[in-house]
Amino acid sequence: MATLDSKIPAGDIAQKWENYKAHQKLVNPANKRKLDVIVVGSGLAGGAAAASLGELGFNVKCFCYQDSPRRAHSIAAQGGINAAKNYPNDGDSVHRLFYDTVKGGDYRAREANVHRLAEVSNSIIDQCVAQGVPFAREYGGLLDNRSFGGAQVSRTFYAKGQTGQQLLLGAYGALNRQIAKGTVKMFNRNEMMDVVVIDGKARGIITRNLVTGEIESHFGHAVIIATGGYGNVYFLSTNAMGSNVSAAWKTYKKGAFFGNPCYVQIHPTCIPVHGEFQSKLTLMSESLRNDGRVWAPKKKEDAEAIRAGKKRPEDLSDDDRDFYLERRYPAFGNLVPRDVASRAAKERCDAGYGVEAGEAVYLDFKYAIQRLGKDVVEARYGNLFQMYEKITDDNPYQTPMKIYPAIHYTMGGIWVDYDLQTTIPGLFAAGEANFSDHGANRLGASALMQGLADGYFVLPYTVQNYLADELHTPRIDPAKSADFKKAADEVKGNINKLLSIKGKQSVDSFHKRLGKIMWDKVGMGRTKEGLTEAISEIQKLRVEFWKDVRIPGDANEMNVELEKANRVADFIELGELMARDALHREESCGGHFREEFQTEEGEAKRQDDKFLYVGAWEFKGIDQEPVLHKEALEFVYCELKQRNYK
Amino acid sequence: MKGKTLNLKLKVWRQKSATAQGKFETYEVSNISTEGSFLEMMDILNEQIISNGGDPVAFDHDCREGICGMCSLYINGHAHGPDEDITTCQLHMRKFTDGDTITIEPWRSAGFPVVKDLIVDRSAFDKILQAGGFVSVNTGGIPDGNAIPIPKEDADEAMDSASCIGCGACVASCKNGSAMLFVSAKVSQLALLPQGRVEAARRAKSMVAKMDELGFGNCTNTGACEVECPKNISITNIARLNREFLSAKLKD
Repeated sequence: MATLDSKIPAGDIAQKWENYKAHQKLVNPANKRKLDVIVVGSGLAGGAAAASLGELGFNVKCFCYQDSPRRAHSIAAQGGINAAKNYPNDGDSVHRLFYDTVKGGDYRAREANVHRLAEVSNSIIDQCVAQGVPFAREYGGLLDNRSFGGAQVSRTFYAKGQTGQQLLLGAYGALNRQIAKGTVKMFNRNEMMDVVVIDGKARGIITRNLVTGEIESHFGHAVIIATGGYGNVYFLSTNAMGSNVSAAWKTYKKGAFFGNPCYVQIHPTCIPVHGEFQSKLTLMSESLRNDGRVWAPKKKEDAEAIRAGKKRPEDLSDDDRDFYLERRYPAFGNLVPRDVASRAAKERCDAGYGVEAGEAVYLDFKYAIQRLGKDVVEARYGNLFQMYEKITDDNPYQTPMKIYPAIHYTMGGIWVDYDLQTTIPGLFAAGEANFSDHGANRLGASALMQGLADGYFVLPYTVQNYLADELHTPRIDPAKSADFKKAADEVKGNINKLLSIKGKQSVDSFHKRLGKIMWDKVGMGRTKEGLTEAISEIQKLRVEFWKDVRIPGDANEMNVELEKANRVADFIELGELMARDALHREESCGGHFREEFQTEEGEAKRQDDKFLYVGAWEFKGIDQEPVLHKEALEFVYCELKQRNYK
Repeated sequence: MKGKTLNLKLKVWRQKSATAQGKFETYEVSNISTEGSFLEMMDILNEQIISNGGDPVAFDHDCREGICGMCSLYINGHAHGPDEDITTCQLHMRKFTDGDTITIEPWRSAGFPVVKDLIVDRSAFDKILQAGGFVSVNTGGIPDGNAIPIPKEDADEAMDSASCIGCGACVASCKNGSAMLFVSAKVSQLALLPQGRVEAARRAKSMVAKMDELGFGNCTNTGACEVECPKNISITNIARLNREFLSAKLKD
């Protein structure tokens, strides 16, 4: 059985990564082309890893379900990317970025990984500038920085409100260059259906060609999963419609442990839900909180009048507005971390001060426009305001934006060691798909940093270290391998099983029901009772899904409903594991808020004596209880404290 | 709650596969909220088709917030529909009126063959970028990000060009099926920055050659691409591409 060895290198925290690189194993240039690496996913982590490994000379195959690697959902990140450059001379450093990230994650991340992340953050900015990423600049021609939630320094680099897009297009350019050179072969509109494990090592994947429906087998000496997060388990989230957990989930069912599945991030500033038919939620960048002030009506009767359409928010004087973040957290004000801001919004709405349908608060730019002028506000946020107006038909220059928290990011994911290797040798996980760097809460502008750190600056070293011992493993021809054939047959069997159900209810209807259970009982506020109910409700939903789902069409053609059904089947299983993890973790930390564990002021109350560990779950069978493994967390360089943003 | 509901007739292009003959099918949807998005209306249509035992309409979409470039659709004769500066996924039903008939087609262009129903194959765009739409730097060993100051105006202009989402509306809107706006946006972004300037000539020649090879038409300055571009990419990019291309050719 696999065990949890985080393989943290010895030495002082600031020396660990240097030591690792100094002593890792290398593959000589002539041998690299004899080694095959599979990368699943083409976002910041996957795209950057595929390009960088291709540059080194490895033989790379990269897969994405979209029609082009440029569509990966990293593209939607708006606000920015952190780095410890300290260009503004405001006191930043590698150590401070490290410390803020550990603290922001509510002391549930591994110190050594986070420190490495902070160390390589500066190289990422250099890399992106060299690729032609048009970061925002000052009039002097140097790079501009802005502040972001959860930090007291300005360390966030940005490209308008489209930072993720520009970073992804940079990585996509690097990937395109390798595709042209032939070191990377790209497989668009291909979905990974399973990982192939032979003699205990990952040796390849089974894919479905989404255009023809063909099931194909691909060998690799190593496999990297960079397929993003699982926020769509809630049906409504800020994720892309196709974002899914399936690749990660298949590796879990083949023996990779799943770390901290209950840690999900609920982003405080999203456009509120407007109806039953809503298909996704749209994020309004956290950067808006730099200049926007969050408030709710101070009097319940005003909230009621606004909900009833009898008053407009502009009618309320400043005295009638409760700037609750500034009131509760004077030191950080509107810039408190996401989990804190989200819970504060929920608290106001639960208490009856919400607007719209009762689940919305205001984000107001009136004050910024008074202070800076409309032109400056427009230059900073114009594209976000336009996006908001197109969706809501409200003009945020004139009336405050309405916002409410929504599922945005998942800190949990496949458990990995310091090498980003899972409990299956040869199987790596990167970016949002792994559990590693954000603990129980991710700070703004840290996801882009982690994705690119993993892809550009970590995996090229650690994967090479692994591959150095694989030089004498001959390539396996999947057509002649019983293991590949067995895996492919299982995939085909599963698809035929789904298609043969021919039930009455659509895939989406099941997905929506799952999402409702998850949001109500495994969402922003969790209780023992609710989680226990969620587990049994999800189990029942799973049985019903496999009896009554309706999937039109055939396996051997483009079949969108079949694609969705494969993903929803996995989301249902994941949802149960998330509820189990949340139930077992009897504490509140970061995005995981158990209502039984809060301070008198309603803040998250950790139970460090009992839960100072990573919970990594091992699959034991579909109707069996999974087994919990614990990786103890040690905090040597960051002192454990109650997080305080007052 | 604001908003009304609409009853609509939809004429949707149905085509089983790349080689199959396609045709319009007519559907009716009712009680569509004006607060919903166009693709949510398509979701409702598909739920209706599935519950009637039919095959749902295949269409490309992913982020549903106007940035991934995956959604397409030619709606009532306009790429991304009747609203301005948006993608189809950002189009909301308030732009339509009760009783409307809406015609929904795939991108139609020689460069983008239909895959199924409303889905087209845009891999030609990837191929054009593989021909040189990047700066030739490897990972690592890069000087400090502030080593080369770049005038803010240049960086901002490069950012505007870099906003292209690769959706293909420009090609679909062009009577010649030209990809010049797409190509010029990438060439301009990189030519405006010192990092990309180094190989600007090679890039322009190589990308234009690939575009021609893949069967995209010529630019005759009708400007339709700029009008339909959801990201407001300006045709001044095409002028810059022409300059870059000519000066590269003169050096040959």
